[in-house]
Amino acid sequence: MSAGASLSSRIGAALAAPIGWLAAIIDAPLKIWQRATGTTGMAAFFLAPNMLIFGVFVLAPFVINFFYSTTSGNAFFLSDRTYVGAEQYARLLDCGSYLDTSTCREDLFWNAVHNTGLFVLLQVSLLIVVSMITALILNREIVGRSFWRAVFFFPVLLSPVVVGLIWKWILQRQGLLNSVLFQFGYEPTEWLTDRFWAFAAGITVSVWAHMGFFTLILLAGLQAIPRDLYEAAEMDGTKPGRMFWRITLPMLMPNLLVVIILALIRAVQIFDEVYVLTGGGPGTSTLYLTQYIYEVGFASLLRNPGLAAAASILMGAVLVVLTLVQLQIGRRNEKKGARE
Amino acid sequence: MSRAITFLTRRRGGRGWHWTDVFIWTWLIGGLIVMFGPALWLVMSSFKSPAQLAEFPPTLLPYATEQVMVEGYDKPLNLFTAKLPDGTTKVMAEVRRIGIVSQLVDPEEPGEIVKVNIADREPVRQVHFATENYTEPFEHFDFLQYLKNSVFVTVIATLITLLTNSMAAFALSKYQFRGRNFVLLLIVGTLMVPLSVLLVPLYSVISAVGLFDSLWGVILPTVATPTGVFLLRQYMLTIPDELIDAARMDNASEWQIYWRIILPLAAPALAVLAIFSVVWRWNDFLWPLVVLSRKELYTLQVGLNTYAGELNVQWHFILAMTVVTMIPVVLVFVFLQRYITAGIAGTGLK
Repeated sequence: MSAGASLSSRIGAALAAPIGWLAAIIDAPLKIWQRATGTTGMAAFFLAPNMLIFGVFVLAPFVINFFYSTTSGNAFFLSDRTYVGAEQYARLLDCGSYLDTSTCREDLFWNAVHNTGLFVLLQVSLLIVVSMITALILNREIVGRSFWRAVFFFPVLLSPVVVGLIWKWILQRQGLLNSVLFQFGYEPTEWLTDRFWAFAAGITVSVWAHMGFFTLILLAGLQAIPRDLYEAAEMDGTKPGRMFWRITLPMLMPNLLVVIILALIRAVQIFDEVYVLTGGGPGTSTLYLTQYIYEVGFASLLRNPGLAAAASILMGAVLVVLTLVQLQIGRRNEKKGARE
Repeated sequence: MSRAITFLTRRRGGRGWHWTDVFIWTWLIGGLIVMFGPALWLVMSSFKSPAQLAEFPPTLLPYATEQVMVEGYDKPLNLFTAKLPDGTTKVMAEVRRIGIVSQLVDPEEPGEIVKVNIADREPVRQVHFATENYTEPFEHFDFLQYLKNSVFVTVIATLITLLTNSMAAFALSKYQFRGRNFVLLLIVGTLMVPLSVLLVPLYSVISAVGLFDSLWGVILPTVATPTGVFLLRQYMLTIPDELIDAARMDNASEWQIYWRIILPLAAPALAVLAIFSVVWRWNDFLWPLVVLSRKELYTLQVGLNTYAGELNVQWHFILAMTVVTMIPVVLVFVFLQRYITAGIAGTGLK
């Protein structure tokens, strides 16, 4: 053990040495820069790398996106594209009735919108209920609490592709689920190629993958509720159910709201695990907005980056509203915390 | 026995079992099965041969039919427990199978061939791990290349993230300058625009700077993470300014202050960010999928998805490759889980 530790520390030192030299070499020209510009110049220096990357790869695309959404054609360079004003938006929003996708000009987009809406509604509700129950259980004095917490957290770290493949393997026709059902005398079900079941599978799998994350945040909130509140209530002979509605839920509300918004933001962008699981199928029954943007922008033969950009801006608008709500809640919580 | 049960089910304060206890333990045990079961099933399945994977219903453990060398035959023959026409049951080796008739010989006396209906024979099997599922993808596919690409992207992106984010966080926490709040606001603002919204324009930026179809095109857009800057800044705010003032007195340059004082003191926060960054970059899928078009540049996630989407899915290889893809993350889970849970509970980071 000690030999291993000393070996690893020796390797660490060997790796760190050149980095240290580099840092020393950088120091000399920087001293000149510091003398010339003062500490403000140094602040600029420290900010520069991050802000440069940030500007080129986040800020610039953010601005360019608006230009894209007002042009047409399938060229990727802006100079090769023709200005069409709000035509892409008009095309996306051109619908006889927003409830019937077949009356829409871009019926695929509206299919994706409807699917995403239903997905967000069901997935977030299920996610919150399951995470809440788990957090409440983990907040009790149970044997091996940190072990159980780890159990529910495990899938959070898995990559969406791995999650998708794990479940594809279980849900396929000859998979584990069908064979277990078969043992109990049920007929095999086409979990991934039936419209209803594929949709349900997408929801279940994404809840499975993300519930540990939300459980953890809710658990942190539960643990922050002062114990004496419960002790006082117990002395007054309050029933546990009433304690939940009168103490736990109101005290947890700030955390719960953050969790709900965060879950909404993530659910709106659902893509990877469902894409690996079902590929958006069967038909368009599990096609969601991000996949629509990806396919219209890159994958399809009739690619139309302008249309994809317009769709992404509409999706972005929803996300911005959700984030603003979240920040507002966060600020209110902070104020409340400061008052207490 | 009954005393053991009484001991195990004894409750604090001598109270009996309540229905909530039953519910809690059902939930926990059920959770254990549902959360670990699928991954465990994947690992078990990854050691099965293609023939075994096609079996329905599947077995829990990977099995292989036992084989034996029989005199007069070049190849090893599969062993079966067969019900012979005379009514006895015996372990026999199968020479060949024609339709529903199996031709068997006694491995001890290989002279005489017995014909048996295939319904009357059961293969003799033992647990066998098909490790070739793991070795073959490394030899015959681009799997090793994908692995290298993933490691490269993960390591480089994490190093750049740590360096640039910590420098920015240092400036934003320890310097007073005009426009500091503006920069902070800018960074908060981008929390709202996730990559899925910027897909199309980011692609054009990447093409314009010549990074399309290169691993650097995968790395660079991800490294200026606002969450990383925030996490580090919050931590650096807790480092007392007196330390910096004292160092300035001693004529230390600003870079030395950053490198020698701030970075070592911020090590716990850097460790958390490093762990997160590794998991994020290792798991990235959508952006590499867009940026990489040449197969030899694929990362593991993209490569896996491509193989799984092929017409003729070779599940025995895919399962094994999925397990390999899972390993680093499982290691992080086992050894570093508490840093991650602390990070999430503290900051809502993910």
